Amino acid sequence: MGKVIQMGEYFRRGFLEPSGKQPALFDWIFSTDHKRIGLLYLYSICTFFAVGATIGLLIRLELIAPGRTIVGPQIYNALFTLHGVIMIFLFIIPGVPAAFGNFLLPLQIGARDVAFPRLNLLSWWLYIFGAIMALSALFGGGGAPDTGWTFYLPFAGETTTNVSLAVFGVFVLGFSSILTGLNFITTIHRMRAPGMTWSRLPLFIWSLYATAWVQVLATPILAITLVLILSERVLGLGLFDAARGGDPLMYQHLFWIYSHPAVYIMVLPPMGVVSEIIPVFARRPIFGYWFVAASSIAIAAAGSLVWGHHMFVSGMSDTAVLVFSLLTFIVAIPSAVKVFNWVATLYGGSIRLDAPMLFALTFVLLFSIGGLTGLILGSAATNVHVHDTHFVVGHFHYTMFGGGGFAFFAALHYWFPKFFGRMYNNRRATWAWGTMVIGFNLLYFSMMVVGMHGMPRRYYDYLPQFTHLNQIATIGSWILALGMALMAVNLLIALRRGQHVGANPWEAATLEWTVASPPPPENFEELPQVSHGPYDLKRAGEA
Amino acid sequence: MTPTLLDTVEAVDKVFLYIFGISLVLFLLITGVMVAFAIRFHHSRHPHPKDVPSTCLWLEITWTLIPTLIVMSMFWYGWQGYLSLVNVPPDAFPIQAVARQWSWSFVYPSGRTSPKLVVPAEQPVRIDIVSEDVLHSLYIPAFRIKKDAVPGMTTHVWFRAPQTGSFDLFCTEYCGLAHASMITSVEVLSAADFKTWLQTPQLAAGAGKGRQLLEQYGCLACHSLDGGTRIGPSFAKLAEGEKRPLAEGPDKSVTVSRDYLERSILDPGNEIVQGFSAVMPSYRDKIGEQDLQAIIDFLLQPDKDAAAGEPRP
Repeated sequence: MGKVIQMGEYFRRGFLEPSGKQPALFDWIFSTDHKRIGLLYLYSICTFFAVGATIGLLIRLELIAPGRTIVGPQIYNALFTLHGVIMIFLFIIPGVPAAFGNFLLPLQIGARDVAFPRLNLLSWWLYIFGAIMALSALFGGGGAPDTGWTFYLPFAGETTTNVSLAVFGVFVLGFSSILTGLNFITTIHRMRAPGMTWSRLPLFIWSLYATAWVQVLATPILAITLVLILSERVLGLGLFDAARGGDPLMYQHLFWIYSHPAVYIMVLPPMGVVSEIIPVFARRPIFGYWFVAASSIAIAAAGSLVWGHHMFVSGMSDTAVLVFSLLTFIVAIPSAVKVFNWVATLYGGSIRLDAPMLFALTFVLLFSIGGLTGLILGSAATNVHVHDTHFVVGHFHYTMFGGGGFAFFAALHYWFPKFFGRMYNNRRATWAWGTMVIGFNLLYFSMMVVGMHGMPRRYYDYLPQFTHLNQIATIGSWILALGMALMAVNLLIALRRGQHVGANPWEAATLEWTVASPPPPENFEELPQVSHGPYDLKRAGEA
Repeated sequence: MTPTLLDTVEAVDKVFLYIFGISLVLFLLITGVMVAFAIRFHHSRHPHPKDVPSTCLWLEITWTLIPTLIVMSMFWYGWQGYLSLVNVPPDAFPIQAVARQWSWSFVYPSGRTSPKLVVPAEQPVRIDIVSEDVLHSLYIPAFRIKKDAVPGMTTHVWFRAPQTGSFDLFCTEYCGLAHASMITSVEVLSAADFKTWLQTPQLAAGAGKGRQLLEQYGCLACHSLDGGTRIGPSFAKLAEGEKRPLAEGPDKSVTVSRDYLERSILDPGNEIVQGFSAVMPSYRDKIGEQDLQAIIDFLLQPDKDAAAGEPRP
């Protein structure tokens, strides 16, 4: 597949062309072009992902045997805290929406930019400032934070480590997320090209739309919760201190009111990515367009009401357990509907298994495992046994990494030619994919099994009966890392030496493929008049 | 079916089997169909996509309704199992669990305390859980029970051990530096042995008392008696007049005395011994004057390890 530009044909660098008026770096960090901001996010997010993954490898290495292996308990506790903070707040929350969303949202709806381009640049700057603050907490007084990414009080109020700075960094990151959400909602409502009706909106845009609402509505609660941690630490208010009439459970409620919807911020845009890729490579329109679109909204709405399933053993009332368990099962339904529609899209197609499709189909499988093991956690009786064990760690890595991460890689392989006008080596990409799938399952499936056997999470040391499964998991982490390294090398080579591609190498029907690769600075010379749906593949390449 | 008549293990494992069973079938179905389609409709076998409708209302309704019924049954089954976990049989033997950074202490109605959870076989036990500092969580995988220890609250779990044996007990709510060492065990004794154990008087005075207090207050989780290094410095070589180098500087040191030990217990954030860090919680307001003096008496006597022996079941 793919029409490669012939030898001698003029290759344009589109928006990547330097302005020549100022140093090239300034061209980027002060650009209000949504495509450049998208790539700024992509580069920063990939950098933080590499750091987070390295820390993950260190954690696994420590756990290869009981007792001390490479670090002591204090450093280990800082490592898992840091791994969580980086992966959650710096990689997976901004991952797909901020990097791919920024780049693609205006292109897919036929606009020249987002509604507020300068606000968009500010969001990136806030993201970088927040990240620097959160990471500099490592080196400041008191040592690296050791609370876990959840900052549970009262411990987070008492520990002498540098929690305050990390919490403030996350607070700033929250604003970046809120502003991006606002920007996207406005853009989707106000900036669609003529003819781009709601029923012609690509499903990726639907998922960004649902996500943006969660970002705008839920993130302020995180912000206020973080302010309360700070006031607890600095002013000693005692809001969550039982000895002074406060309530430690209240903190958990406030934290999860944001942090559970946040997992849908992490997974809805990836679902949107998969909904884009599967039709193109199956050469069939998405099955049940309206059901896939509506299920995004349903997940965002129902997902905002299920936070209590993180607290079944916290000491909250049994009535609350009943209600939250029921609501948790309800959120499983729209997720299942999506999976069935994706599989049905394959029926009668003419399927090509290029790298983006392999990653997208793997998303469906890994996310199914994550979702089905989530049923164990939603059911009150079984939740009690596996709560706060390695089962939970394995489960959420299946959803967040197997889901979110693999969709991020799928998006990277799908839109890479659009971003850079070059194609990577598909054979190497397939090898990388295969290696990652094997490593991933060894790593996280072993974790779930060892959790079923009763190994608690956030354990620096463990009893000898857990050794074998931990060793398998650690070996899996090496294989996974090898696959990711291969993928990174393959894409970096392509960035330099990849074959040039034309506007529409995958013969897709959404609007971003009607402009050159890479797109020109203003996207569309004149705004397109949209005349067909996003998956009308017979009219691929037309507006 | 009256849920409270079920043992915790029985109640929970049925739900595990039910959900895992259905999940496995669903997963195999999804994977199987996906792989079958990917092979059957691969472009090499199927070069032109079929023109079939891309929406179908009854299919959508079917695959919304069936999962709804399935997950609702899981919800209800899980809730029934949960009721078995929270409804304590009336004849349960009461024990209090006290969690602190980073040890457990179990208090029996007779006043006897133990660092291990000693229970009788075949009789239900109810454990009321309290915390003295941050959040902890009491987890006994063998009996499928877990509940957080929350400061200012009393939570509870119950279980019935069918036979004698020894089982692991973990803390599963992250509680700081030595979270992973906050492990003890459940010792299930026969009814007769348990009765005897319960009636064995704890040593009331002297060395035994001091040793018992160290256990009761959780000191031994971090400080060894035999010279081994744990989270904090060992008690083994403590003796009046000994000089201990401090973490502050290469030539700062302190002389061990009653006063120094008292400061270290009530105000442990200062005078940190070289090689260790300031992680110990303060015991001010948590320990009575008599207990404090008894502990100091014990700490200053030579050969502590042998002095008290093992007052274990």
